Amino acid sequence: MATKQVNPTRMELTRLKKKLATATKGHKLLKDKRDELMRQFLDMVKLNKKLREKVEKGISEANKNFVLASASMTSESLSAAMLSPKQEVYLEVGSKNIMSVDVPKYEINYRTPNTNDMFCYGLAFTSCDLDDAVSSLSKILPDMLRLAEVEKSCQLMADEIEKTRRRVNALEHVMIPETKANIKFISMKLDENERATQTRLMKVKDMMLKEAHGY
Amino acid sequence: MYRVAVLGDKESIYGFAALGLDVFFVSQGEDPEPIFKKLTQSDYAVIYITEQLASVLADEIAKFSYKPSPAIIQIPGVWGNTGKGMADVKKSVEKAVGSDIIFND
Repeated sequence: MATKQVNPTRMELTRLKKKLATATKGHKLLKDKRDELMRQFLDMVKLNKKLREKVEKGISEANKNFVLASASMTSESLSAAMLSPKQEVYLEVGSKNIMSVDVPKYEINYRTPNTNDMFCYGLAFTSCDLDDAVSSLSKILPDMLRLAEVEKSCQLMADEIEKTRRRVNALEHVMIPETKANIKFISMKLDENERATQTRLMKVKDMMLKEAHGY
Repeated sequence: MYRVAVLGDKESIYGFAALGLDVFFVSQGEDPEPIFKKLTQSDYAVIYITEQLASVLADEIAKFSYKPSPAIIQIPGVWGNTGKGMADVKKSVEKAVGSDIIFND
């Protein structure tokens, strides 16, 4: 594993040991973060699926109503009816922090809060199918905005989970084993050096004794 | 104050105008890219886009999927539901989990 050249010194050993401790701690924290993110993501994505089903159903129903309305009206009068909307939707965008992921939070503001007051056309030249169509669409609007919020959150969280997972894997399978191998290499080398010195000293002692006393 | 935009063909989205969303019509054969780019640079927090148009703009939309704003959400048009919106949700599950564990029923 020890592909890189490491200096077998005591200083390097201390440095690597510190690095290993940090890496292990970081790995544990990141792993916890990943697990919690995953749990929240799964809840969120289930909600996303439910909302999307509801919204898609609602929109296709509204579209059916619009087709009916356009069948009973000329396209000119339909365009004219839709030209000057009375209602306006503003969003206030806040943000919520889910495990260090900033997800958007929308607050909806309507210009005319009363839903009966939102029709922007006179009733004389339009068919009642159009009223149905518009009100069916307006019913689905809060869910649509909620869907936008949830779907965006899901995308952002999915990205963060992927990043965190990569980091966890890099620490677990590359960084930590490599550091461990390096530590082992250095401590073996230091031990070996120590033994070499020991033997050399013994040898020198023998030689000196031989010289002095003629053993 | 942010606003909400809807991008698509006229038949699919004109109803949203009555609700006070800003609608932008893209007719058949027109290149939707410049108008989409303009929308992403303006004050729109949410951009709804029909699935038909989204399949044309897939590359552009992908650029925004991991930015905090704007949220680009696909909706079915008047021509029916292609299931592309759901497929994108599925894709983000696959990205996060590694395999699809929500939609396989």
